[in-house]
Amino acid sequence: MKSRRRNDIILILLFIIISVIISLFIHFRHEDGMYACVYVDNVLTGRYPLNINETVRINGYLGGTNVLSIEDGYARMTGASCPDGLCINQGAVNGTGQSIICLPNRVVVKITGQEDDGYDAYTQ
Amino acid sequence: MMHIRNDHTIPRRVALCSVLTALAAVAGYIEILIPVNWFGIPGVKLGLANVVSLTALYLIGTFPAYLITIIRVLIIGILFGSPYSVMFSMTGGLISLTVMLILKRTGLFSMTAVSAAGGVSHNIGQYLVAYLTLNELKLYYYIPVLIIAGVVCGIATGLLGDAVCRRLKGVKDDRILKGDG
Repeated sequence: MKSRRRNDIILILLFIIISVIISLFIHFRHEDGMYACVYVDNVLTGRYPLNINETVRINGYLGGTNVLSIEDGYARMTGASCPDGLCINQGAVNGTGQSIICLPNRVVVKITGQEDDGYDAYTQ
Repeated sequence: MMHIRNDHTIPRRVALCSVLTALAAVAGYIEILIPVNWFGIPGVKLGLANVVSLTALYLIGTFPAYLITIIRVLIIGILFGSPYSVMFSMTGGLISLTVMLILKRTGLFSMTAVSAAGGVSHNIGQYLVAYLTLNELKLYYYIPVLIIAGVVCGIATGLLGDAVCRRLKGVKDDRILKGDG
């Protein structure tokens, strides 16, 4: 019984250590992005440079709207027509590969780096 | 813990499996009713249905546990979900059950840790499905969150399952499980 408890603690610590290592890895691989790419229903509708402060209104799927604000190199959602506003809670992003997602309006804002990845649109 | 099985007749096992399947489906439904925004992370669920899978795995056996999990996922999917949600739940449920089975068989861990590993593997399994279906999004940002959430929720459901199993073991000599007619 005693050794089981010890094994339990080792196993759980192992999980925590793994996630800390992955977090550190992500943290150190963080690089500032160059553009905020807006996709509506998987179609690229706009690309906004992060170094220009701007507020953009995004017309989402089925008439929904989102407001994307770019400020000091960070992109964040400041308004959404959906009731839960999860995309606003996702906060500001600026790292390559990070994204803000609004599922009701099918809006995805993706931060991309210097090089374009060569795709205009994505489908599943 | 295992001697319930010995004095079980087939109808009684079938009935027990059905009750547990219904319970798992209800647990899944209750979770849909609870708004999912734990610790500010949208989408993290406690995994109440996992309590039932865990109980089945420990008290009845491997095959019923798989059966209950598969049927529960299908019921919840047909009633409230979509083909996508079935795909996610099925992968997560089966992977986590398999991992729990393996860890249980080693005999090294208590139910709580087995359940924690189940929670983690459930989330990682779902992450893999998400990665395969939308492979353009760099979802690896989410892995640490998934692991921690899996550990926390897994420990919670493990403690619950442990409590349930202990109570069911307590009444195993009673007419409820032993059955006198």
